[in-house]
Amino acid sequence: MVQKFDYLKESPSQTAGPYVHIGLAPGDAGFDIYRQELGHDIIGPNAKGERITVDGIVTDGTGAPVKDVLIEIWQANAAGVYAGAGKVEQGFRGWGRVIPDFETGEWAFETIKPGPVMGRSGRIMAPHISLWLVARGINIGLNTRMYFADEDKANAADPVLNLIEQQHRRATLIAKRETRKGASVYRFDIRLQGENETVFFDI
Amino acid sequence: PHYALLSLQNSASELTGPVFGQNDIDPLDNDLIRNYAKTGDPIGERIIVHGRVLDENARPVPNTLVEIWQANAGGRYRHRKDTYLAPIDPNFGGCGRTLTDEQGCYVFRTVKPGAYPWRNWVNNWRPAHIHFSVFGSAFAQRLITQMYFEGDPLIANCPIVRTIPDPRAIDQLVAALDLNATIPLDSIAYKFDIVLRGQRSTYFENRPEGN
Repeated sequence: MVQKFDYLKESPSQTAGPYVHIGLAPGDAGFDIYRQELGHDIIGPNAKGERITVDGIVTDGTGAPVKDVLIEIWQANAAGVYAGAGKVEQGFRGWGRVIPDFETGEWAFETIKPGPVMGRSGRIMAPHISLWLVARGINIGLNTRMYFADEDKANAADPVLNLIEQQHRRATLIAKRETRKGASVYRFDIRLQGENETVFFDI
Repeated sequence: PHYALLSLQNSASELTGPVFGQNDIDPLDNDLIRNYAKTGDPIGERIIVHGRVLDENARPVPNTLVEIWQANAGGRYRHRKDTYLAPIDPNFGGCGRTLTDEQGCYVFRTVKPGAYPWRNWVNNWRPAHIHFSVFGSAFAQRLITQMYFEGDPLIANCPIVRTIPDPRAIDQLVAALDLNATIPLDSIAYKFDIVLRGQRSTYFENRPEGN
């Protein structure tokens, strides 16, 4: 008999459910319990780089907004360094949590535009923000990436975007740049299913 | 999604993740019996839920953030969208958080949540459960799951539980009654270990020598 493997199996995922806010954003569930909720401040007070707002809406297979989604954000600083992996500005966490408006499904977060990050085999990745979505009806968190429309050249060389065989699907990961009242806003809508379905990753 | 997920070889974007420290949370945050108490203790079966966070190589995951949320003893959530007729408990919030210690251990004190009905099939009831959110040390390890209680007959009937096709994987989400960890005449205990994706250093990648 061959030897048995003694590895453990990963705990299976379950949906976050409709009341995910109680645990991860209790203020939005309607009560205050913690001294500070985590995930509101992504970059801290000292972050260098261009201040930007990212906003969007998540829609389901019927085109309706998903109002009980919770999105987590993970990004590098303007120099392309992740917190915990190198030196970043004091207070820069690079991680955030955002939920949409209960009525409209619109969400937004404030951050800085990340710098390019070294990818595998020494290939530079275009600036991007990693996003992780959970909600009622989603059994395992969905991973995707947001890239920036004004980074055409870097996007064209990005090793991850280039893994997407269907050219037109790459566009689902590229946020459009707008200027509103002098501020830089990137619009990033996420379609869970159906026409123009956003590309999701198995990371 | 209708389309297949796109597989990704991990880069720094997936292999790094947020780090939390003791000054992000308060010592009382893991005690759901006290962290929202207004006039007294919440009503319900007093329990301790404890366990370890491990990776697939059975190594502990230290200093990682574990967050939980749950209904009260009657199955009612403190959430503006929950309209179930069972009442809110004025002394129970229903959320907690803690960091694992050097051995990957965590502990919460709470009341055992009740089952509750939901609009799926006409007569669907969720088994008693506690939602768990765990970070691990890489964004690729991020996990949200649910813990169930040993012996609950509703587990086998639940369509959310049955989104998991492998019965052994379901067993992995069922916490065992842990008489060793009970506090006599005070609280009963359940043990719930969580396994995150394995973590090892990179082998032979662009380098002639190994690890």
